[in-house]
Amino acid sequence: MLDVTILLDGLAYGMVLFIISVGLTVTMGLMRIVNLAHGAFAMIGGYFATMLLGAGLPFFAAALLAAVAVGIVGAAVELTIYRPLYRKGELAQALMTFGLTFVVIAALTTVFGTGIKPLPIPPALNGVIDIGFRTYPTYRLFLVAVGLVLALLLWLLIDRTSFGARLRAAVDNPRMARAVGIDVNLLFTVTFAGGCALAAFGSVIGAALLPLEPYYALRYLVLFLVIVGVGGIGNFKGSFVAAILLGIIDTGGKFLLPQASAYLFYGAVIILLLLCPHGLLPAKSAA
Amino acid sequence: MSVPLATKGLAAATPSFQIANAWHVVPWALALVFYFTAGGYLSLGTHVLIMILFTLSLDLALGVAGIITLGHAAFFGFGAYAAGILAARLSNDPLLGLAVATLLTGLFGALVGMLILHTAGVTLMMLTLAISALLAEFANQAHWLTGGDDGLQVGRMAPLFGLFRFDLWGHTAYLYALAVLFLWSLAAWRIMRSPFGRSLDGIRQNPRRMRAIGTPVWRRLVVAYGLSAAMAGTAGALEAQTTRAVGLGALGVLASGTVLVMLILGGTRRTYGAFVGATVYVVVQDVAAQIDPFRWMFVVGILLVAVVLFLENGLMGLPEAARRVLRGSRSRSGGR
Repeated sequence: MLDVTILLDGLAYGMVLFIISVGLTVTMGLMRIVNLAHGAFAMIGGYFATMLLGAGLPFFAAALLAAVAVGIVGAAVELTIYRPLYRKGELAQALMTFGLTFVVIAALTTVFGTGIKPLPIPPALNGVIDIGFRTYPTYRLFLVAVGLVLALLLWLLIDRTSFGARLRAAVDNPRMARAVGIDVNLLFTVTFAGGCALAAFGSVIGAALLPLEPYYALRYLVLFLVIVGVGGIGNFKGSFVAAILLGIIDTGGKFLLPQASAYLFYGAVIILLLLCPHGLLPAKSAA
Repeated sequence: MSVPLATKGLAAATPSFQIANAWHVVPWALALVFYFTAGGYLSLGTHVLIMILFTLSLDLALGVAGIITLGHAAFFGFGAYAAGILAARLSNDPLLGLAVATLLTGLFGALVGMLILHTAGVTLMMLTLAISALLAEFANQAHWLTGGDDGLQVGRMAPLFGLFRFDLWGHTAYLYALAVLFLWSLAAWRIMRSPFGRSLDGIRQNPRRMRAIGTPVWRRLVVAYGLSAAMAGTAGALEAQTTRAVGLGALGVLASGTVLVMLILGGTRRTYGAFVGATVYVVVQDVAAQIDPFRWMFVVGILLVAVVLFLENGLMGLPEAARRVLRGSRSRSGGR
């Protein structure tokens, strides 16, 4: 039964990675921008939530409020800082967003201190649940459920709504999308804000797996970028597959080969990227 | 009139030392003046020299060849660990250690390059990140070899040429680093102006067109990457030999980011861009860390954003930008 536990743990981990990095795949695919500040937005959400929890708010209210707040911050940042970046090269984008990450880290450590910020999970999720053949921590099942629901909602949003159709058009061919009258700029802002909000939400509910600490934005950025790259940039289904695959590989490695788990993870990433340089699902479209 | 023209063309093609180039003496003279006036800051000076060399190596890969790498510290750390392990286990001769570490890192870089330089853009960035993470993890886990997260203590180096002891105040270390930096920057200057360097220039600007005119793009990139790695490895080896310690931080993402900042701050593809960028960065970091060790990231972050927004050619581009403003918008983009 150990194998099932590993699979479930990997699935829960993969869901957290998916929720945080799905925004990144859309911004990198839609806006063609190298966004190294995505981890910073997730981190802002997590730290903000610890403050809200400290003020006595319940866990879920704090998670949602943090997501909304970071979404608003994301929209403001997109309008002011990212706009001028679209016309610059990859290097300028990478540097600028890297600098932004530094600033966020410095600001957050100034306000919140430099220790690990505990973000306790609510007592309702603290127990274990009987799943037929064994018991399993409620919290991880909750993560799997939330991840599945969000993936389903995103799929409906992107595949089944007019907003999603316009988004896919803008990813496939932004100039043509503009030519047929789609307000690509507005689409950029809304999508960017949504991606930031999801990242913040993911970092709050996944804080027990990816602990909040001063270097959060840089440490896990590699992970988020890797998921986007392996999944195929701009492809949200690809990110879903990649996040779960890499989540299971990483978790399985830690259980079965604790000495070699990191080699296993990054080795898998390198092999996957070399075999399919454009990702597992390389279609340019978001769907 | 044809004779002077021909001579002029020749002079432009082959780098020669003319009176107009005499200002090249200035930075090196400043470095020597610093040696005599630094006092307690000499070891900081050595650190600056090492960072300049590291930044120069990135300029070759990123600035000239256009290989956007987010994991260049992998080679700095590789060189540092190679030199450190060599000194601890085999021989503590500094020059032998430096040569072996440089060679090994160069080979490692070429090998990595063969593997990843088929790709470009974001995929390449991620591969460089993943490879540096992999190496950092190896250094962390291979405790028997690298000391893991305790770091690696390097014993005192044998005297340079058997004559000059590495003293407590870092006099020998400074001059040693300065000499190595001088040799490498001479080599880099020559490489960037060679036909090989010109072809890298072309590959950066348009790889497809270069391939169309018959340039073996992948092979050139691999060689450039290997050279750049060797240079970074030398810098790492110098760091290990002069500070007598190697830590995991030498391999980290932060170190890769730092060197990017230094390069961009100074300006890419400029003979002394790396010099200005690394010096300003290390000095600012030192001052900011004296104010508050946790605020320096803020300063660096702001610097980075400001350079991208306002100073596209780095600090070395400032005089040109000022000249352009003074002349009005009649900008003469001389080949750049």
